[in-house]
Amino acid sequence: MSRKQLALVIDLNICVGCHACVTSCKEWNTSGWAGPMSDTDPYGADPLGVFFNRVQTFEAGEFPLTETIHFPKSCLHCEDPPCVPVCPTGASFKREEDGIVLVDYDKCIGCKYCSWNCPYGVREFDTKQGVMKKCTLCADRIYDETLPEDRRKPACVLACPAGARMFGDISDPASEASQAIRDNAGFQIMPEMGTRPANHYLPRRKTKMVIHDDELMRADNPLLKEGELPRPQLSEPFLDDITSW
Amino acid sequence: MKPAFSVLFLTTLIGMGQGLLIALVAGQFYFVIGTGNEQDSGLFYATGSAAGLALLGLGLIASFFHLTHPERGMRSIVRWRTSWLSREVILLPACMGLAFLYGAAHWFGFAPVLITFGNQKSLDLTMAIGFLLAASCAMLFIATGMIYACVRFVKEWATPMTVINYTLMGLSSGFAAAAIVAAVENALLRDFLAGWAALFTLLAFAAKGVTLWRNKHLPAPFSLKSAIGVHHGSIRQLSQGFNCRSFNTTEFFTRISPEVKPWLIGLMLVFGFAAPSALLLAGWADRYLPALIAALPIQYVGLLTERWLFFASGQHVQNVYYQRKS
Repeated sequence: MSRKQLALVIDLNICVGCHACVTSCKEWNTSGWAGPMSDTDPYGADPLGVFFNRVQTFEAGEFPLTETIHFPKSCLHCEDPPCVPVCPTGASFKREEDGIVLVDYDKCIGCKYCSWNCPYGVREFDTKQGVMKKCTLCADRIYDETLPEDRRKPACVLACPAGARMFGDISDPASEASQAIRDNAGFQIMPEMGTRPANHYLPRRKTKMVIHDDELMRADNPLLKEGELPRPQLSEPFLDDITSW
Repeated sequence: MKPAFSVLFLTTLIGMGQGLLIALVAGQFYFVIGTGNEQDSGLFYATGSAAGLALLGLGLIASFFHLTHPERGMRSIVRWRTSWLSREVILLPACMGLAFLYGAAHWFGFAPVLITFGNQKSLDLTMAIGFLLAASCAMLFIATGMIYACVRFVKEWATPMTVINYTLMGLSSGFAAAAIVAAVENALLRDFLAGWAALFTLLAFAAKGVTLWRNKHLPAPFSLKSAIGVHHGSIRQLSQGFNCRSFNTTEFFTRISPEVKPWLIGLMLVFGFAAPSALLLAGWADRYLPALIAALPIQYVGLLTERWLFFASGQHVQNVYYQRKS
């Protein structure tokens, strides 16, 4: 890998399922120059809306040995994206310079064929605008030089209160994202589909503390005396390393 | 997957149109290489081409209803190197253009001899256009079938059987349509076309049977283990992240109740294949005209049912993420 490939790294060990990334994504991207992410009947009985990012919740195991897994899912910006070559108009494309998979809303004819060719279900069709939409990795803000440098990140990454989301170039081994993948057993979802997703997930990790008996009961105390040592006389030296004051 | 009626009409109508045009070319070729000097009238071929052109045109109109931006439709020819959909968009007007030329050349009797072979047979212009027409119709069958067969995330579709089925059903209904045109025009080719229509219908029946059997024995389409990367034997979804609909829950799901599905499959097999093949055989062997004419509309009902079931029974891999609302 030498070409730049921007991606998200999501730590499933940290995510608490608060949906802050979902709402901030919607807020940022619906307010941008690319047009709103349309909702129909938003306060009615049957709302339908476009989201680029969803947090889903899964449960593993049987009660009482269960574990809840919150799983944020947005476009994975695959390195071999199956949705791109099938687009008849070239509206769906993978950007050469940073590896972001994007849709040109002015070329999309709304045939929905790209969504059939995505195994992750992360493309959503905007019925009002009549075009296919998807996560842009906030392409409109990560290069925005009017923003302070530490704010040039996708909205979801900035919003996450727990810090479960990282953003960076995974083809650069020195990036924070690459290091996190390397050091914490980062993995791709559905690797068998051959899409080589760029977004990675970090697994749930259980931190267990092993306490041996000799750590509770001092082994190097042959007289079994645990009490305070006698207070030294004032006439004795009182430097810290030689007194028990 | 959700069946869109525009696509049901598109694929069934153009399939029939392509089959009809291939039938005309095959019929002409049958006479050209034959020992006798008999040949059907130019009017028959022109009428047949007009019917084929009308079917392809209706299909094209239906396809526009599938797009939200049909005004940008011309753009969809640019990715022909990688997209079967793009190839279909190029081949369909090509077939229509050639069908027009084929019909016009027959209508005006414009058939200058292009090549004469050693055995006194010759290739005239109408036959030459016919070969191009048949070839592009055959390629269009492949393109239409491959649009679905190359979607590897729907295991029911990702098989060569999809292309074979599309082709055989198109040939079957197209030859049946050509036989009707021949019967109306009182053409010599009537029995030839009816016989092959019956044969293609039976072949399509067999291929559909093989496909149904194959799809019944598919492995599970997805696993939650690899979908979320958690290596646990027992995982279930608690929430898909929202309580109502989204594109992902409407485009990729069709619920067919288990009581209705066998009836729909039965309707498809009887109307689409069994009844028309019997009627076509009756029309061919006994020259019973009403049977020959009745076969096609009955078959069309069956083919629409077939196409609806084809979509509705496709299980997309993405469905693994949309199992439970809350």
